[in-house]
Amino acid sequence: MPAALNSVDTFRALVDWLREAVKEPEHFTLSYNAEASQFIRFNHARVRQAGQVQQASVSLKLIREGHQADLHLTLSGEYDVDYQRLAEAVQQLREILPLVAPDPYLQLNTDAWQSHAVQEQPLPDSAQVLEQIRQGAQGFDLVGIYAVGPISRGYASSWGAFGWHQANSFNLDWSLFHANGEAVKANYAGENWSNEAFAQRLNSATEQLAFLGRPLKTLAPGQYRAYLAPAALDEIIGMLCWGGFSAQSIANKDSPLQRLYGGDTHLSPLVTMAEQVSGSLSPAFSGEGYPRSDLTLIQAGKARDRLINSRSAAEYGLICNGADAGESPSALSMTAGDLPLAEVLQQLGTGLYISNLWYLNYSDQPAARMTGLTRFATFWVENGQIQAPVSTMRFDDSVYSLLGTHLEALTRERELILSTGTYSERQTSSTHLPGALINRLTLTL
Amino acid sequence: MFETTTLLKQRFAALRSRAEFFSLRHVRQSSQHLSVRKNVAEPPSLSRDEGAMLTVRLNGVEAYAATGDLSQQGLQLALQQAEDLAERISAHALLDLRNQPVAQGRADYCSPNLEQPFPSLGDCYELLGRESAAVPHDERLVNWQVSLGVSTVEQIYLNTAGAENRQAQRFVFPGLSVTAYDGQDSQTRSLGRENFGQQGGADVISRCGLIGAGAKVADQALQLLLAPNTPQGRRDILLMPDQMMLQIHESIGHPLELDRILGDERNYAGTSFVKTTDFGTLQYGSRLLNVTFDPDIPEQLASYSHDDDGTAAHKQFLIREGLLIRPLGGALSQFRSGLDGVANSRACGWNRAPIDRMANLNIEPGDKSLPQLIAGIEHGVLMSTNRSWSIDDARNKFQFGCEWGQLIENGELKGVVKNPNYRGISADFWRNLSAVGDASTFQVLGTPNCGKGEPNQVVRVGHASPACVFSQIDVFGGDA
Repeated sequence: MPAALNSVDTFRALVDWLREAVKEPEHFTLSYNAEASQFIRFNHARVRQAGQVQQASVSLKLIREGHQADLHLTLSGEYDVDYQRLAEAVQQLREILPLVAPDPYLQLNTDAWQSHAVQEQPLPDSAQVLEQIRQGAQGFDLVGIYAVGPISRGYASSWGAFGWHQANSFNLDWSLFHANGEAVKANYAGENWSNEAFAQRLNSATEQLAFLGRPLKTLAPGQYRAYLAPAALDEIIGMLCWGGFSAQSIANKDSPLQRLYGGDTHLSPLVTMAEQVSGSLSPAFSGEGYPRSDLTLIQAGKARDRLINSRSAAEYGLICNGADAGESPSALSMTAGDLPLAEVLQQLGTGLYISNLWYLNYSDQPAARMTGLTRFATFWVENGQIQAPVSTMRFDDSVYSLLGTHLEALTRERELILSTGTYSERQTSSTHLPGALINRLTLTL
Repeated sequence: MFETTTLLKQRFAALRSRAEFFSLRHVRQSSQHLSVRKNVAEPPSLSRDEGAMLTVRLNGVEAYAATGDLSQQGLQLALQQAEDLAERISAHALLDLRNQPVAQGRADYCSPNLEQPFPSLGDCYELLGRESAAVPHDERLVNWQVSLGVSTVEQIYLNTAGAENRQAQRFVFPGLSVTAYDGQDSQTRSLGRENFGQQGGADVISRCGLIGAGAKVADQALQLLLAPNTPQGRRDILLMPDQMMLQIHESIGHPLELDRILGDERNYAGTSFVKTTDFGTLQYGSRLLNVTFDPDIPEQLASYSHDDDGTAAHKQFLIREGLLIRPLGGALSQFRSGLDGVANSRACGWNRAPIDRMANLNIEPGDKSLPQLIAGIEHGVLMSTNRSWSIDDARNKFQFGCEWGQLIENGELKGVVKNPNYRGISADFWRNLSAVGDASTFQVLGTPNCGKGEPNQVVRVGHASPACVFSQIDVFGGDA
């Protein structure tokens, strides 16, 4: 890419141009997203598809006397083209503003805050990574994707705020398949590629794969003890993140945690969750220009803070805490418990060891009752010993049961799970979760 | 329309490459999303997006590079990056594509009514405001929103074999939803939104039924709030087209995607219970089941002349009288598998590569009117408007939920029930198809939100279906 597209100087120049073009009583905010990504897909441990994507875009908000409108614009990296596009965007928004009613929920951060975070750790050479995957995966049916490259986020306003966040990262997300169709999932993501660390994770996956070769056990629907590994718990938490903690969803009565935030019920005292922005991979500022705070969302099973963006703050008389438009957590951290990971099988005794869950959705959203399926390495355990892989099963249970009355323990060790999401662009969200031992999981199909 | 063609062709012709074949796919998109929530106009959200993907084939290995820089230098740089990547992965490549035929031919395709201007922003807000205001004052109605999205997409595909395909399309997504709350339970009733979208202009807003719908949808939300839960047990279900589209999508569409069957998606979207050897032999459903890939219904979301790899699209039966015939596989998957497929290699934009996707996947009408379908059910539940979907990674065990349910007893439609859910197994479910509605029950629907692929992509897909009856299905309600 024009390397310039991932440069703070390019963003600053766009902002400087806008500050000249947009004067009182007009105001603007400008957010900026760029990435130069290489994507390499694997199937059968060979490269199925590979490509390079270079993209940058801005979201421009123009404000005048209580009216506002937004325009999202892809940049080319060519100076003349991009300034022409930006000028046309300003002009289009100026023509639209008189047609739009004044917005009673317009609330802007007029602080001239500054934020700058740059991580320029050299990225691994993709040829070297490919060779290591080839060597390590020899004899295995590996499928997945390797994504690598720099990501940039920027924000600026006509009131003088300016934020820049830039980081290099990689994310190798893969599965190993047994000839019988069973599979184990693994991931290696971060900023510094280590051959040893990758080999260790690959080795751990191959060890689980050996268990998957045993004859498959088919369970009848019913209620079972179960251990949810952090990646499985991440799927449940991920569902709750869709509106669960959102101030607007709670006010609109369509949050799945409606009854928790209404004080009608609670989760287990073991459950404490926070939006832990500090130290995460996410920018320290929101796309609408508010510094993001660390927040305690659930404390000892009871609702605490909710995620509030500026619009909800204005509508419901709350204080904005830097949530983005969707009011979803982007760095959710769950407090660890006291069950040592090494004792999970022993404590589980007889039941299900579930590595991953898949395709969750609600059976009854106000009751936080959700359904989903086991996927990848799920094992039947008897007397603390893995006996057999389990065929795909569907669960249907309420979060108030899974993380409430029937939550027995959380693990002492936690796993940092970096998003593998690449819809539109590579995501920077993460979760930090323990595993969960549950003494009643309802399987239905 | 297509005003960039000449310049793009000049730049394409001037590109220098050591590849035996390369293509350029240029995409320019603009969109506008408007919404009025609880009688307050939300700020308009507009977007403009433009870029190109260069794909090369070098010694039988393909790679791509996508860029927003459309200058001669920018396109040449992207081409170079794709060539370099093709060389770098050559020792590791899964496929040798030296003998794969490349697309040829020229065509232009346009959405219906594309030449007619879309209603102005002011007119759109007026319509949305009117429907919002039509929601009656009732303290139980705690939230409602009326929205209208419109996207215009122009795509130009060129390759070194002389192909030139141009498509200009406009997609319209009207929507309305109302949430009612009684202090404990909440119920949402909607129209359009994720369950409806079509190609066209203002005509789509009318066909969706948005105009005049505010009060009716609000009333149905209140009816749901007062309704009992759906009873548990095995019953016949009558699925209306706005649930059939989801049923088709999840338990016919995804399992028939050939790249899944070939294993590409096993790490993310999943695999399939269907095997390559099942085509021509597997009785997928009852003899009433006829499923087509149909790019020829003008208003349907994924009607087009060519897919994003330049293959000409034609209507094909995938399942005829219940027998599985043909997969959803584009030119590359057909080359890999030796199976005949369809033109369904699609990308969500310039920054993602085409893969096998659903497009328009439809069920052909049968011979029963809606009253006849209802009359044929002794104990059943009518279900309408999908709200929840979950299916395993092989696309077999599913559980789906709808917004609206009505009991059917002894051939008559009875009271409303809330939280209508049902579950089943794809491989068995379609064999329980016991009646298919006629053309009077047939609706052309679609969704903008079909996710798949690594890197991830969301595409628009169309599903048209009559109402259908399935016998002896496991149904149940919610907790509250």
